[in-house]
Amino acid sequence: MSEKKTKRRDFLFTATYAVGAVGVGATIWPMIDQMNPDASVKALASTEVDVSAVDPGKTITVLWRGKPVFIRRRTQDEIAEARSVKLEDLKHPEKDEDRAANPEWLVMLGVCTHLGCVPLDQKGDYNGWFCPCHGSHYDTSGRIRKGPAPTNMEIPKYEFVDANIIKIG
Amino acid sequence: MSDHEYTPKSKVGKWFNDRLPLLTLANHLTDYPTPKNLNYWWTFGGILTFCLLTQIVTGLVLAMHYIAHADMAFDSVEHIMRDVNYGWLIRYIHANGASMFFLAVYIHIFRSLFYGSYKAPREVIWIIGIIIYLLMMAAAFMGYVLPWGQMSFWGATVITNLFSAIPLVGEGIVTWLWGGYSVDNPTLTRFFTLHYLIPFLILGLVVLHIWALHVPGNNNPVGIDIKKPSKDTVPFHPYIVIKDGFALLMFMIVFAFFVFYTPNILGHADNYIEADPLVTPAHIVPEWYLLPFYAILRSVPDKLLGVVAMLSAILILAVLPWLDTSKIRSAVFRPLYRQFYWILVVDVLILGYVGAMPAEGLYLLIARIATAYYFLHFLVILPVLGLKEKTLPIPLSITEPVLGGSPNLAAAKNKESFKN
Repeated sequence: MSEKKTKRRDFLFTATYAVGAVGVGATIWPMIDQMNPDASVKALASTEVDVSAVDPGKTITVLWRGKPVFIRRRTQDEIAEARSVKLEDLKHPEKDEDRAANPEWLVMLGVCTHLGCVPLDQKGDYNGWFCPCHGSHYDTSGRIRKGPAPTNMEIPKYEFVDANIIKIG
Repeated sequence: MSDHEYTPKSKVGKWFNDRLPLLTLANHLTDYPTPKNLNYWWTFGGILTFCLLTQIVTGLVLAMHYIAHADMAFDSVEHIMRDVNYGWLIRYIHANGASMFFLAVYIHIFRSLFYGSYKAPREVIWIIGIIIYLLMMAAAFMGYVLPWGQMSFWGATVITNLFSAIPLVGEGIVTWLWGGYSVDNPTLTRFFTLHYLIPFLILGLVVLHIWALHVPGNNNPVGIDIKKPSKDTVPFHPYIVIKDGFALLMFMIVFAFFVFYTPNILGHADNYIEADPLVTPAHIVPEWYLLPFYAILRSVPDKLLGVVAMLSAILILAVLPWLDTSKIRSAVFRPLYRQFYWILVVDVLILGYVGAMPAEGLYLLIARIATAYYFLHFLVILPVLGLKEKTLPIPLSITEPVLGGSPNLAAAKNKESFKN
């Protein structure tokens, strides 16, 4: 065994370790993956909301996947304010047109992107939302303007099933 | 020590001890030579063992009545408080016991910092201690989630969201931790499981902590190596047992004061409101024992760096034995270190205070200065101080400063120079 040539025994060791590692991995993975969202949690992935009773300037909050979703019917002033902001002034540049295809309706996750608190409506320095936990200010488009949050509040996948029904998810 | 020479007196004892040397172990623990100058700051090891056992016993009892389900957890805790016989007492002991545990552990840690107990050859004892401390924080956090009140829910949301700061995989990790898309029932059940497990992990680590301690033996207020056994040591039993016992009684008076007179003063009223995923309480604060780290988290304006700073503040303790370059253990003989030690104590207290205050204006400024100083202490002051500081001469034995002399003739002759 003095020469450096690979021996049959070395091959057997390597092969044994490799098969062993695959076996250990295959055993551990189910133990890890069982903690991911289960089928019943995933099954609740979409929800339909009737918004016919929401007047301009009002927000309703619905629960989707255990998280609050803000559905705000914006006033003309708010829309104008959101659309007039220059992209250079934004920490996370996104056009309001891209966030609210139908400008009257802003549908977004009511979850602060800092550490997940629920921001308060009609508060803060930008007439939008204010997170009480660590002081993030969002504008009327739900975009981060001031404070520790890194990104704008998230827009979930949604669609208007008809004029009054929004399907989230 | 004469462990290997120990033989049980009774025949049955000898028979058993030859097969499992438990009696040898008991004899080692009884005779274990301890420095005779240990002061009351050294009694917190025993107090901490008491705290751990109290949490395990009361926790076991609470688990018999608690229901780990998002719809029932809050009500089951109220059921414990109102219906279960002595449930209020057991829950208040458990809840305040967590605070008492941390009170004791902070005294224990700061005792180590003052007397240099983390230095060679005790680094492993110290690192095991830091792991225990980390596990304690994990257990305390998860335990606080179980009553499923508003602070439980939002505390869980904020703390688990810390992981979302990790680039790329952060969001995936958070979803995995939650078992869903928000803190919900799957989160509660796994936190309950882990909250039940961790104390037993801690118990195992405590055994290792004490085992590692018994290899070099206790440090002492003078911080010098001593011969064991010698005139500088006393047997653990009865000397230390009685001293630890007395200190434990004093500690239990404080404990009982909280449990019986102000059981909710260390908690938050918001946690008596059931968890509501739609409403965040106006002012989220962690329990008092986590406040200094919370202040560090909030003092950094960037999400990822804030989390990194907070974790570093804890993990930096693990490498402390190598950051402190001084060969002298006890602060008694380090006039400069002694002052910086007390500045650090005040700094941590300030961090705790601003951690409880809103993160704005003057509070934020103070938090930033205190955070910077915290890291300065460990990363700059300690390494430099060890090289520059002029230390006082250390005695050759514990007995020497008392008798003004030493069995060592040469040292006795140098007595005058020692006094100067």
